[in-house]
Amino acid sequence: MKYVRFLIMGILFGIVLSKGEIISWYRIQEMFRFQSFHMFGVIGSAIVFGIITIQFIKRTKLKDYNGNLITVSTQEPGYARNLIGGTIFGLGWAITGACPGPLFILVGHEGWVFLLAILGAVAGTFTYGVFEKYLAH
Amino acid sequence: MFIAGVIIGGFISSHYLTPDMSVAISPATVADLSAIGIANPGSSYLPEEIFGSENVWSLRSLVFLLGGGFLVGFGTRYANGCTSGHAISGLSNLQWWSLIAVVGFFIGGLMMTHFGLPYLISL
Repeated sequence: MKYVRFLIMGILFGIVLSKGEIISWYRIQEMFRFQSFHMFGVIGSAIVFGIITIQFIKRTKLKDYNGNLITVSTQEPGYARNLIGGTIFGLGWAITGACPGPLFILVGHEGWVFLLAILGAVAGTFTYGVFEKYLAH
Repeated sequence: MFIAGVIIGGFISSHYLTPDMSVAISPATVADLSAIGIANPGSSYLPEEIFGSENVWSLRSLVFLLGGGFLVGFGTRYANGCTSGHAISGLSNLQWWSLIAVVGFFIGGLMMTHFGLPYLISL
């Protein structure tokens, strides 16, 4: 029962991103053409709310369900890794019209076809693992 | 469990919460996408001729799904984060390297949108 909370959060996440049209290929195209405020408004308001939430978590020393202190940092330093890795991600984002989270939402929304995109993504992460030691970071 | 929930959420949304699947994208985007060969942009969540199950084994659909997915997966591991990790959580945490990664997202996205997609759609 402890894990039901993750299921509920996932369902809410899936519904909110679907209804916000974040999973729409067209919305991503519109964003990369700078032709609407829609995606910038969604991401921008998420950042504003995120700043407030993270400050709240840090100042109240909020703990997770296991009782561990919540830490947020995901970054790894390095211009090559972030700029080249980010560019490769962006190339893919403009093709699929979806980043990793929405790929799973799209399986529920559109159907099994998007399992192929997830298969491609898993192949991509695997390939990175194989070539990691040869890449600039 | 979270991922299972996400898929269920997408299913609930499309089957019970969205009677009208059209997406009100800007007229400029409709014109641009029509010009590179997308039929009826915005009439559904995504272009059926590319992502619909009836055309899935065409070269174009496989390139979009497998090829696009590959770049997303590779780039996410390389940069150590995606839209939520860097653009939202990272920028919310005021992380310099996340800003660099987001700059990369847009370099890649703009290159693909303007130079790659017109070719890929014509496959």
